[in-house]
Amino acid sequence: MADRKIRILLAKPGLDGHDRGARVLARTFRDAGFEVIYTGCHQTPEQIVGAAIQEDVDMVGLSCLSGAHRYLFPAVAQQLQEQGADDITVVGGGIIPEQDMQPLYDAGLKALFTPGATLDSIVDWINENIKPRD
Amino acid sequence: MEELGKRAMAGDIRAASRLIRNIEDDIPETTKAIKHIFPYTGKAHVVGITGSPGAGKSTITDQLIFTMRQREKTVGVLAVDPTSPFTGGALLGDRIRMLRHAEDKGVFVRSLATRGAMGGLSKAVGDGIHVLDVMGKDIILVETVGVGQQEVDIINHAHTVIVVLVPGMGDEVQAIKAGLMEIADIFVINKADKDGARKLYKETLNMLNSGNFPNGWRPPILMLESSLEPHSFAASVEKLCDKIDEHYKHLVERHQLKERAIRKVITEMNDALRAAILEPVLSELAATGEFDFMVEKLLSKETDPYSLAEEISKKYLNK
Amino acid sequence: MFTEELLDKSSTMRKKWEDEVKKTVAKHADQKEKWTTVSDLEIKRLYGPEDIKNMDFEKDIGYPGQYPYLRGNQVTGYRGKYWTFRMFAGMGSAEETNQRWHYLLNSGQTGLSTAFDFPTLMGYDTDSPKARGECGKCGVAIDTIDDFFTLIKGIPLANITTSMTINPPATALWAMYCAAAEIQGIPLTKIGGTIQNDMLKEFIAQKTLMCPPEPSVKLISDTVEFGTKYVPRWNTISISGYHIREAGATAVQELAFTLRDGMEYVEDVIARKGLHVDEFAPRLSFFFNSHIDFFEEIAKLRAARRIWAKAMRERYGSTDERSWWMRFHTQTAGCSLTAQQPYNNVIRTATEALAAILGGTQSLHTNSLDEVLCLPSDHAVQIALRTQQIIAEETGVVNTIDPLAGSYFVEALTNEMEEKAWDYIHKIDDMGGMVKAIEKGFPQMEISDAAYKYQRQIDSGEKIMIGINKYNTDEDVEIPFLEIDDSVEKEQIERLNAVRRKRDSRKVRECLDDIRTACKKGENVMPYCIEAVKSYCSVQEICDVYREVYGEYRDPGMY
Repeated sequence: MADRKIRILLAKPGLDGHDRGARVLARTFRDAGFEVIYTGCHQTPEQIVGAAIQEDVDMVGLSCLSGAHRYLFPAVAQQLQEQGADDITVVGGGIIPEQDMQPLYDAGLKALFTPGATLDSIVDWINENIKPRD
Repeated sequence: MEELGKRAMAGDIRAASRLIRNIEDDIPETTKAIKHIFPYTGKAHVVGITGSPGAGKSTITDQLIFTMRQREKTVGVLAVDPTSPFTGGALLGDRIRMLRHAEDKGVFVRSLATRGAMGGLSKAVGDGIHVLDVMGKDIILVETVGVGQQEVDIINHAHTVIVVLVPGMGDEVQAIKAGLMEIADIFVINKADKDGARKLYKETLNMLNSGNFPNGWRPPILMLESSLEPHSFAASVEKLCDKIDEHYKHLVERHQLKERAIRKVITEMNDALRAAILEPVLSELAATGEFDFMVEKLLSKETDPYSLAEEISKKYLNK
Repeated sequence: MFTEELLDKSSTMRKKWEDEVKKTVAKHADQKEKWTTVSDLEIKRLYGPEDIKNMDFEKDIGYPGQYPYLRGNQVTGYRGKYWTFRMFAGMGSAEETNQRWHYLLNSGQTGLSTAFDFPTLMGYDTDSPKARGECGKCGVAIDTIDDFFTLIKGIPLANITTSMTINPPATALWAMYCAAAEIQGIPLTKIGGTIQNDMLKEFIAQKTLMCPPEPSVKLISDTVEFGTKYVPRWNTISISGYHIREAGATAVQELAFTLRDGMEYVEDVIARKGLHVDEFAPRLSFFFNSHIDFFEEIAKLRAARRIWAKAMRERYGSTDERSWWMRFHTQTAGCSLTAQQPYNNVIRTATEALAAILGGTQSLHTNSLDEVLCLPSDHAVQIALRTQQIIAEETGVVNTIDPLAGSYFVEALTNEMEEKAWDYIHKIDDMGGMVKAIEKGFPQMEISDAAYKYQRQIDSGEKIMIGINKYNTDEDVEIPFLEIDDSVEKEQIERLNAVRRKRDSRKVRECLDDIRTACKKGENVMPYCIEAVKSYCSVQEICDVYREVYGEYRDPGMY
């Protein structure tokens, strides 16, 4: 019986190891009925994009708390584009100052979640905006 | 859909991963793609890796990928993790151990969730192997769930089955109970630096000593050093790689590949029949409400399951 | 603690009070059923003599400067000396950080504390592909001793203590400090400071990873041995619970895992280096979090001192009371702050700072109100520093030592913390120690469970964070923003390349070979590291040798 399930890759690009949020989200997504591939800390954009494509995910969630999001998030979005995979939605989370947001949206990120975003609000956003691709 | 098969065969990674997704999601037209690629399958050496959770299967798989790449073989991996029976979601955590290969074009890793399948695999494993096979992967590693259930289905898909045991987890008893001892072509005792590794080795050896090996292959027992000692771990996985090659050579030389192939096609035929005959019937019964009606009849003892089954098979199979 | 007579009397009175409570609650129910700490520890409505009746005054409480040091290490408390006001600082280039340091010293700060950027923390040079986008973002970028000279310009190394938050590459950075002192003609016996150098909590919580646990502990024991012999005023490890707590641990988990980490280091140095515990234990220091739950934190810090004293004396047979002292730095909890209504963070930090001081901390960092959003601005740092100064010089809480001692509640909670911590410690002992427990993923999973539970409690409103799930407002608060320009990375790479061109590359190779040989032979790497940094070997070049010899450890991703 055909049954499309939402698949999500959760990754921590860059060198920061503050993975509390990512790990809590991994469990939250499982409990919301998604299939989650968590790739752990210290990933390069290349590794994340390679994994996202091989896993045929619908969404890539990036978490970064080091301030390097300005380079790392667009790098992931851009490389997905270059590999013809811009149908994979990219979202980000972490300490993202207001003035960094527009450039990140311009680079192709679809949503940004900052401190204080509730788990339910993130799950709701996914349910509303991410459809398994046909 | 056939197009996806063609593109996967041509090495298009996006097409291949999409095809596996469609297999997993059970998209009906996917069979067209499988029909297209089926004639070209059967070239890769499929290696199953099974054992209890926490036995270190993913870490071994990662090092096997590394060693096989050094030997200039391309590698495909299917790593299966359990689906939560409560939420239908899954945390697919095997890949994290294999990320150093993410940029290597000669490696393709795919995580699969069991989605309710028993036997330690996902229903998509059989056809998933075909996809990796026609992508031209020399070796396909299939890592099973490792929840200690009857994880013997791997024998229907793999040429070589590695059973990973760790000391101190009651693995020997568990493994015998689960029937893992019968399916092993190679035993690996992981974390061999741990207390109890010698004991586990002896027990496994004793068990092998009381067995007979009609195929002429006596499963070797390998001790793997802890992965936290990277150099000795790498060296012991080299030896494991040698054994895997040796086993394949044995299958080829003794003309036993066919036996494994027969097992695989029988499994696939069974699955396909179930999908083609049983599932449509079930879904029609469900759609018309007949199924619920039948349940009621059974509850009230008006009839019994066998009579109902005969009735249905008369209707649908013209028996 | 009490006479039978008093306990009897108390019990009768208590019964009467309980009856009244029942009646009142029947009419006006309590606002909620369960009252818990932020760590979800249940707290009773009232504590009385019966809650601490089993305490032995001499064994369990005592006096300041006396075993078991529940009431503090210093006989004179804060009257002799306040805690050290030590604000963590570092950003951008070495030059910028040096300027911030001078600013802080001029504002009345009494010790320095260095924040390094992520490439430095992970042992990568700024030009490594893994470092892209990270340079100077969360701290100062140090590639070679050339940067280090800039960092310490005008800082009197013999008169001021410096703390360096550095873990996997601690040997390399400490070597730079030692080398810089030597070059300035200051003997190593004169310099003082701290390197964090605590890898166990990295595996458990913060994930600044390089080599597997076992060789990581070996490198730490090298620094302990070297410090014991040649740099006696240096704290070679700051055994840290801060990051464990920030990763989502409960107060008890923070306490237990941190102290068990400390025990692991003690055991390794004794076994590997053959030192007597009292030769090095006086230089071990600790680093705790001060979270928002006021009394829980005070109880945690008081319990920590008592557990450590007992462990040192009874478990390791230490006879030098300096080994029994748990000396610790505290930082207020970053994870308790909110990006929403950021000025509220001043109140949170002040409360947490007060808890740390009532818990008897010897050094304190107070977070700035903007730290959830960015690196702290000068103005925000000043408020944070003033918070400490106000507590010290206006509030009067420092007038008397350990003012909460003897409180039924505080003593009972302190005892409960200690008991629960020992349960964890013994459990880890049974697993074969902390390295083994980490390999099993035990502390990691305990913390993950606690973090998940807490987040769910926040989401459901069971636990409150003002501005997140209660009293939310839509207004946008503009706060001044400190930003690190992306040009810092380019300039740093240019500086690094200039050093590479200038240095003697044959000497660099020789020095790195010496470190390699030392690693392989199990010798102490410190003397070789000092030679290497003097020859302008970079942080990554030294760390690459470790990775090569010991292997690289990657995040096993437990959740």
